[in-house]
Amino acid sequence: MARIIVVTSGKGGVGKTTSSAALGTGLALKGFKTVIIDFDIGLRNLDLIMGVERRVVYDFVNVINGDSNLNQTLIKDKRVDGLYILPASQTRDKDALTREGVEKVLNELSETFDYIICDSPAGIEQGALMALYFADEAIVVTNPEVSSVRDSDRILGILASKSRRAEEGKEPVKEHLLLTRYNPGRVERGDMLSVEDVCEILAVKLIGVIPESQAVLRASNVGEPVILDEQSDAGQAYMDTIERLLGNEKEYRFIEEEKKGIFKRLFGG
Amino acid sequence: MSLLSYFRPKKTTAANQAKERLQIIVAQRRRADDTSETLSAMEKDILEVIRKYYINIDSSAISVQLEQNEDDLSVLELNVTLPEDDK
Repeated sequence: MARIIVVTSGKGGVGKTTSSAALGTGLALKGFKTVIIDFDIGLRNLDLIMGVERRVVYDFVNVINGDSNLNQTLIKDKRVDGLYILPASQTRDKDALTREGVEKVLNELSETFDYIICDSPAGIEQGALMALYFADEAIVVTNPEVSSVRDSDRILGILASKSRRAEEGKEPVKEHLLLTRYNPGRVERGDMLSVEDVCEILAVKLIGVIPESQAVLRASNVGEPVILDEQSDAGQAYMDTIERLLGNEKEYRFIEEEKKGIFKRLFGG
Repeated sequence: MSLLSYFRPKKTTAANQAKERLQIIVAQRRRADDTSETLSAMEKDILEVIRKYYINIDSSAISVQLEQNEDDLSVLELNVTLPEDDK
């Protein structure tokens, strides 16, 4: 039985796909057979972030419609063993995802995979609802910024009422907060919500803090998940997040501004 | 905390304002969700009562809505569509 994890946020552009790619890759690096599914029908991007855009032949909707089977459609990552990508369709509209169809594909993947990462589209429409419906756990990606925090709160409400676990009265979806694009310097100056602020507002358990980093854009430019950039702050922060996802304690890094000299500390910056 | 900042007057930072605004929004959303949960539980109960004492109707034949028209006026609307054929 696979663990089904949805990466969601409500708001667009906060780092869902970057996080899905990084976390999926990280789990595979840890030896778990992992598939990342792009639920953003019509606007696929996971293939680009993973650098496999030229290897897409069939897609998620093809599998649902029976035009292709999973073996033909899954793209095997060439860098990390046990990592697969199920790309979204570029042409269909988002209503192509039916609940029965998605369930069938997830059930089949569940037989052989350890982890299924569902990369949700932005918004709260069909694609986003389908991505979270079957989830056992949810990683809510949030930027320390008002509209992102509010949208995350909406998504938390939807997880609690519209997921399969909620509808069937089962144990609720396990929620995790992943704070991205965090800038400790701006937090210190009082210009940005702090980790503690966001945790207090949303009341969700924190699983990771990813600093705002040059490495993220660089990684997407070359189609390599940022977690493979082991030297980078963002890559290390994602690796820490993987440890916590696997139940290991890990101290938080990159949440404080680098130490200033004694003069600056005395008289303020 | 730098030395000088002890002497500067305390002012509300932008981040503090953001936090306060968000706390209000989030509290409102949670309250609204609780209300809708109560309503759907009530809808289920009403459905059972109608089935028990009157006629067997489908769960889609009933709708309960709560509308807040003004600050001091809420309207609870209950709509039950009965099937045309008798029982």
